[in-house]
Amino acid sequence: MKTLIKLTSIVKTYRMGDVIVNALRGVDVVINEGEFVAVMGASGSGKSTMMNVIGCLDLPDSGSFMLDGKEVFGMNRRNLADLRNTKIGFVFQNFSLLARTTALENVELPMHYRHGKKMDYRAAARAALEKVGLGERLDHMPNQLSGGQQQRVAIARAIVNDPPLILADEPTGALDTQTSAEVMQLFIDLNNNGKTIVLVTHEPEIAAYAKRLIRMRDGLIISDEPVVK
Amino acid sequence: MRTSGLIKTACKSILRNRVRSFLTMLGIIIGVASVIVMVAIGEGAQLQIRQQIEAMGTNVLTVRAGSMSARGGVRTNVARRILTLQDIERLRVLPGIVAISPVSRASGRIVGGIGNWQTTAMGVTDDFLVIRDWELDDGVMFTDQDIRSAGKVAVIGKTVADELFPNIDPIGASVRIGTMPVRIIGLLRERGQNMGDDQDDIVLLPVTTVMQRMSGTRFIDQIMISTETMDIIPDVQGAVLATLVASHRGTNEDSFNVRSQSEIMERATETSRTMTALLAAIAGVSLVVGGIGIMNIMLVSVTERTREIGIRMAVGARERDILMQFLIESIVLSVMGGVIGVALSVVLIYVMNDVAGIAAVFEPATVLMSLAFSGFVGVFFGFYPARKAARLNPIQALRFE
Repeated sequence: MKTLIKLTSIVKTYRMGDVIVNALRGVDVVINEGEFVAVMGASGSGKSTMMNVIGCLDLPDSGSFMLDGKEVFGMNRRNLADLRNTKIGFVFQNFSLLARTTALENVELPMHYRHGKKMDYRAAARAALEKVGLGERLDHMPNQLSGGQQQRVAIARAIVNDPPLILADEPTGALDTQTSAEVMQLFIDLNNNGKTIVLVTHEPEIAAYAKRLIRMRDGLIISDEPVVK
Repeated sequence: MRTSGLIKTACKSILRNRVRSFLTMLGIIIGVASVIVMVAIGEGAQLQIRQQIEAMGTNVLTVRAGSMSARGGVRTNVARRILTLQDIERLRVLPGIVAISPVSRASGRIVGGIGNWQTTAMGVTDDFLVIRDWELDDGVMFTDQDIRSAGKVAVIGKTVADELFPNIDPIGASVRIGTMPVRIIGLLRERGQNMGDDQDDIVLLPVTTVMQRMSGTRFIDQIMISTETMDIIPDVQGAVLATLVASHRGTNEDSFNVRSQSEIMERATETSRTMTALLAAIAGVSLVVGGIGIMNIMLVSVTERTREIGIRMAVGARERDILMQFLIESIVLSVMGGVIGVALSVVLIYVMNDVAGIAAVFEPATVLMSLAFSGFVGVFFGFYPARKAARLNPIQALRFE
């Protein structure tokens, strides 16, 4: 199995005013292609910071982060942006769709920032939306869609550039149980189709959808084991 | 992102806040319109000054012998001893000259009618009236025949006529100038004062009459020339000077003084040009203020759309993409303002010309300049907010509420 993510001795320290927060204190993780990993932990455990590092939104202070065979530590902002564009699809708790922009246009967005690849944006976005079951609502604005539908648009946006990795940060945090289950089923489908999924959550029921569970506390990984179904 | 996509995005976000966008643009609209209108008023004033001076005979050259002294007076000790009637014939053939007349002055007392009057007799040819754009109220001007024969005929101004012939028709009357009997054949139209001089206090005689019968000289005081247009005055000036230097041995360019009315006009237009520049500069300040308005609203927009910026960064927008997005938005804002400002200025200029009666000349060059400048304002004042947006930390931008 090919290694997709390899974190080695990742340290990240924040300064919040006068307080120094040791968000990550030497984290080592290896995630292979095709895995479905849930990351759990209380707030302040460092799970969000780890997501930010894996998502190439933030650089660690020290350590090594190999993504798809490339060292990310020390990259400039432009290369990080290109990695986010091509290697990672983000799904956030609050959907993070552009307001007053149609579902189709929201899904097209990552392709606009894809450099050096010409394609039919509209057709690709339509295909992605059909894949998440929203083929009928292409021209709806986010505020005309339910929470579950918005999250589906976000998932379509995450997969439209066909990245190997999907990062989901509390993707069901704003959804009811029924919708949550539907959205999680989408992640399972994506995982079955070969996508690597890393999911941050504080709900055990959601974490149970994953195949592997990483627990964090105080900036360290305290357990890392397969999920027993 | 491609430029077309960026412009589309920019227009969308501008249309999203219509009122705000319009108010922001208003600064540029007013700035651009006022620059164009101010320049138009300035151009209009210049045109009016030109027309007024031209009506006074702008395309007139005065040739004298002798150079200007340091104190500004003409050194006339040599003046009377260079220019002759032959020079008139030499200059007459130069291109661009419409009319040419010698001027030979002699002072004398004119006696006749009810009394006498001290005046200046000017010896000229019939071209003089063409040059000064002067018409006769009554009678006729003397002819070439009168000039060849040094005829004893005179054309008088209104002031002289009023002094000697109040309520009497002077035409045909006989007067004496000095000791010479002269018959009055024409009456000049009243001209009024010009810079404190009574232009109507004048007696015109054939130049030969003055030279031969009054001053007894073969030299003339000055030559007056009118040219076809104002634009060729410098050329004619040069040609006249060259001809005179070539035909008088021992003279150089400093021996003659060829002056044009356009020098006066230049000073007048210079003043009005300075005024125009000043007005345009003041109007330009409002354009800059408009630009600050754009910067202000763009900064607000960047803050408001921090989350949007975060989302765009998360899906892979480079710094440059975000920078261009906001920069193009501010350029579109200011150029739209510029276009509306141009339209507004066209209306204002039309209203001023046709309704208010203020001369304003629409200058297409200022339109291009204002549009270019408003584009520049968009870049200049949009850059800082755009850079601020582009430099945002993606995590903080995503978390921003």
